[in-house]
Amino acid sequence: MINTVEALLFGAGRPLRLSEIRSLLDSDGINAELSEIKQVINHLEERHSESSLEVVEVASGFRLQIKETYSPSLTHLWNERAPRISKALMETISIIAYKQPVTRGDIEDIRGVSVSTQGIRSLLERNWIKVSGFKDVPGRPALYTTTKEFLDDLNIKNLSSLPDLPEPIRLEDNELFSKVI
Amino acid sequence: MQNSTQIQLEFPTVMGQPFEKLPEDLFIPPNALEICLETFSGPMDLLLYLIKKENINILELDVSKITDQYIEYIELMDVLKFELAAEYLVMAATLAEIKSRMMLPQEIYEEEEEDPKLALINRLQEYQRYKTASENIAILPRVDRDFFTASAGLPQIKIHKEEFSITEAELAAIFQEIQSRPVLTSNHQVDFEELSTQERIQIILTILSKRNIISFSKTLRKSEGRPGVVVSFLASLELAKEGHVELIQNKTNEIYLKSRTGAAN
Repeated sequence: MINTVEALLFGAGRPLRLSEIRSLLDSDGINAELSEIKQVINHLEERHSESSLEVVEVASGFRLQIKETYSPSLTHLWNERAPRISKALMETISIIAYKQPVTRGDIEDIRGVSVSTQGIRSLLERNWIKVSGFKDVPGRPALYTTTKEFLDDLNIKNLSSLPDLPEPIRLEDNELFSKVI
Repeated sequence: MQNSTQIQLEFPTVMGQPFEKLPEDLFIPPNALEICLETFSGPMDLLLYLIKKENINILELDVSKITDQYIEYIELMDVLKFELAAEYLVMAATLAEIKSRMMLPQEIYEEEEEDPKLALINRLQEYQRYKTASENIAILPRVDRDFFTASAGLPQIKIHKEEFSITEAELAAIFQEIQSRPVLTSNHQVDFEELSTQERIQIILTILSKRNIISFSKTLRKSEGRPGVVVSFLASLELAKEGHVELIQNKTNEIYLKSRTGAAN
C-alpha cells in the first residue's frame, strides 16, 4: 500500500486529504482506515529522509515536495522566478490573514491608503483570498478571508501557524506621554 | 526599508547651476514622488520611515519636526501625479492640523474630545503591527519561489471524457447543414504535359544549330508513338511558318527540315 499512496501523492500534483486517499484506495479495491493511511504516510516520510523529496502536511492535505535545499538548483533549471508581490499587496494580504473577515474599508483604515481593485483582484485570481460574505452595513461590502491555498503556498497547516501579529507598543507610562504633548 | 541613498538621484538645477550637493540636513531626494509611490506602500509607511530616520519612538512623536519634513516631501511631488499623491496630502493635512492645535493655548486644546495626535499615534501603532507582520509573511517560504512541489501529474488532462451522445434528429440536422454549406473550396488537377510543341521546337532548333539539316524521322522517338509524330509535325509546321526552317520533300516520303537561320549565320 505504501507505494500506492506514494504514487497517488506523486501523481496528484496537489495536496491530498487522508479521506481522499482512502476513497482513491477504495476504488482500487484496497480497504484502509484513516489511521492506517496516516501510518503509511509516516513511513513514507521516513523513506524519504534520505532522498531529495519530502512529504509535507499543508492546509489542504499531504503533498510531495522537493526539499528546500534543492531549490537553488531548480531555479536554475527553470530559469524563471515566481512573480514578485509588492509591499502594498503583502500588507493587504496580511491584514486579511490576521483580521479576517474584513472589508476593503477595514484594510484601507489600517493602511491609510485606498486599496486598488486590481490588487484585490490579483489576490482573488491567485486564489489566496475569497469572498466569504457581505457585511450587513450600507453598501453591503464584500468580506474577504484567506483560502487554504494561501496557507498551502506558504507551506503551513493553519492560520495559527502564521507568525504572531506583533503587539502594539504599550502606552504604559501615561506621564511620559503627556510630557511629550 | 529601502535605503534612499541607493537610488540614483537626478540633480536639479538651481538658478541655472546644477545642484550637486544636497544639504546635509535634508534627506529628501529630488525624485521624491517616485520614491514615495514605489518605495512606500502609503502615507503611513512614509511617516513611519521619517520617524525612524529621525530616530524617535512613535510614542515620542515630535509632530512639529515631522510635519515640516513630511510637507517638504509633498511639495516635491509632481503636480501631474497629484491624484496619486492625494492620500499623502491627507496625511500632511492631518499633521498640519495637529501642529496648529499645538500652537493654541493649552486650555482650548484640553476641551477637545479626541486628541488628534493620540489618534494618529494609535493609527501608526496599528499600522506598524501589520506592516511588520507583512514583512514576516513575505519572508516565509513561498511555493515556486522558495520551494517546489514534486509531481508527476499532468493537471491539465481530464481523465473522464465527456459522454458523447447524439439523437437521430440532431444527426440529420447536422448532415443537412453540411450539405447546404456553400462550396468555398474545390480543387482541380493540373496534368503534366508529356509532349509539348514548344519543347519540340526548342529541341529541333538545337539540333539544327549544329547540323543545318535533319530528316523528319530523326525528330521522332519511338517511345512517344503517334502523339510524338503529331507534336513533331506541328513543331515543323510552326518553324516553317515562322521562317526558321524550310521543309523539303523529295521523291521519297521523307521530309527534311533545313535551317534557314543557320544558313544565314
